[in-house]
Amino acid sequence: MKNILKELYIPVVAVLIAIVIGSIIMIITGFNPINAYASLFIGAFGSVNNIANTLANAVPLILTGLGVAISFKAGLFNIGAEGQYWIGAIVGVWIGYSFSGLPWYIHIPFALIAAMIAGGLWAGLIPGLAKAYTGANEVITTMMMSYIAIYFSHFLLEFGPMMEKGGTIPQSPIIKESAVIPFLIQNTQLSYGIFIALVAAVFVYWLMFKTTWGFEMRAVGYNQRAARYAGMNVPLNMVLSLGLSGVFAGLAGAVQMLGVQHRLYDSFTSGYGYTAIVVALLANNNPIGVIFAAILFAALGTGSQYMQLNAQVPGQMADVITGLIVFFVAAHRVAEVIKGMFAKKQKKEAEA
Amino acid sequence: MKEVLLNPQLWAATLAMATPLALPALGGTFSERSGVVNIAMEGIMLIAAFFAVVFAHATGSAWLGLLGAMIVGLIVALIFAWAAVSLTANQIILGMAINIFASGITAYLLNTMYGFTGTPTDTPMLPTIDIPGIKNIPFLGQVLSGHSVVVYLMIIILFISDYFLFHTNLGLRLRAVGENPEAAETAGIDVIKLRYLGVALSGILSAMGGAYLSIGALNSFNPDMTSGRGYIALAAMIFGKWTPFGSFGAALLFGFATALSMQLQNTAFSKNIIMMLPYILTILALVGVGGKSVPPAADGVPYTPKK
Repeated sequence: MKNILKELYIPVVAVLIAIVIGSIIMIITGFNPINAYASLFIGAFGSVNNIANTLANAVPLILTGLGVAISFKAGLFNIGAEGQYWIGAIVGVWIGYSFSGLPWYIHIPFALIAAMIAGGLWAGLIPGLAKAYTGANEVITTMMMSYIAIYFSHFLLEFGPMMEKGGTIPQSPIIKESAVIPFLIQNTQLSYGIFIALVAAVFVYWLMFKTTWGFEMRAVGYNQRAARYAGMNVPLNMVLSLGLSGVFAGLAGAVQMLGVQHRLYDSFTSGYGYTAIVVALLANNNPIGVIFAAILFAALGTGSQYMQLNAQVPGQMADVITGLIVFFVAAHRVAEVIKGMFAKKQKKEAEA
Repeated sequence: MKEVLLNPQLWAATLAMATPLALPALGGTFSERSGVVNIAMEGIMLIAAFFAVVFAHATGSAWLGLLGAMIVGLIVALIFAWAAVSLTANQIILGMAINIFASGITAYLLNTMYGFTGTPTDTPMLPTIDIPGIKNIPFLGQVLSGHSVVVYLMIIILFISDYFLFHTNLGLRLRAVGENPEAAETAGIDVIKLRYLGVALSGILSAMGGAYLSIGALNSFNPDMTSGRGYIALAAMIFGKWTPFGSFGAALLFGFATALSMQLQNTAFSKNIIMMLPYILTILALVGVGGKSVPPAADGVPYTPKK
């Protein structure tokens, strides 16, 4: 119990500071923060449909967040989950619309597994091997691979091989009925994909904390030199953990396509790959924590739309708060600074 | 293809497109040479682009807009430096935080200050400059003359940056701090102060790059208008091996890819494939094809003074 409290301390304090600063910004710009937060909360959790949409938003965040958490645990910074998501989405949609006559129990797993492999290769093959054997910084390579993936999707969709025949809008054809992951609650975005996300979280927890490979991965992340002396294959571990990280981001893309969008649209970003970093960070890379962190940021997303409609506060306030939360989680030593200031003040008062 | 390459507009656009990459790339060179990875440059550019419009419109002077943007950029950079250098927080995560915050706060303020119609249409722009003499040379004049003043400022800053980094005592110290902070401190150099300097310079130069986008190339601000240029600048800096002239050269190359893809918009050749090239080249540079790009030894590693 004490451990859980300790784990929660930093994220909770960061969220509180972010809410306070968000309030100050809203007051300065002429809004009532209490109304704003109330409508944000109602928008996220106020009805069964709202809860369903929040959970639906959480699905891609859980999966990409798990991917990022795996790489963080292994001491690697996969900030290219966005690109791996796109590759998964491309492969998932392509299999979804190009094969017909398959029963759903083959079509869906086929699309998901192929997307996982594609995402895994996108992260593991180039950034992974480059890091392991040439030391190329994975922060930059995964980021570059993200841009390449996004331009690749533009290439495919903008009058390219994946553009819907006869259409004028750059988008792919709709996937076949047999590839659709059905909706769990009608008239919401929530599909059975939520169960895939939850199972994935438990699986990653098991993998990380209950298997030898997970132990090795964490050991490499904790202290590379020690892991090497203990006879572990550090380069192989790096490739595998970056690859596995991409597997989950790729899965996220496919689940989103098969469960929610049913076709690939041309866009500059899904945004999930970047929020995934925030999710993993807030969860301190704990796979179960990832579920809750993903729901928090998903709630900010769905709630902010409602807030814009009902309290007229621009929905981008959600990004402001997200940025602040991440800042204060990263700069958690700010607490020491504040404590230090109080200690000094008290000391001065005591002396006076 | 030959027609496209002989079109002076292509080369003028290359220089114009390279400017908002070269400025943050030069800034990033200072920051990383001092040992701080500053991916917050993307967010700083965006915030600066917004405040350039705010100050330019409020004062009626584009120059004050530029100055205001640089001051705001400096402030954000100092907040980043405080968390990254003094509190030794993870530099990548801090950078992400600032970028998310920047994307949110600029769009939020755009809506609350100017409504949904966007920034005012009477916002002044920074002037363009015709270079006497060069202006009248055929082809070359069209390529080099008539750009925004920021383009020429960038060229001047480029030379100053190279001189500062490689030919002054302070530049030497800055590099020492990024290579081996322990040794630098033993030699009596204030590691923390120099890292603040590196980050501050990256903030000011990124802000200039951001202001160029909003009041140099245009006279308006759009949400997320930097569209990843801060990250691309980082790639240019790496491709340029952490040197000012290298960064500038890489920025020109990346600018060329963008300009070319715009020129080819209506041809069969896919512009999206061309747009991938800078990213592929950056990965190749990092892997070591054509001379490996090696970062400063202590780049990205927080330092706690020993005393």
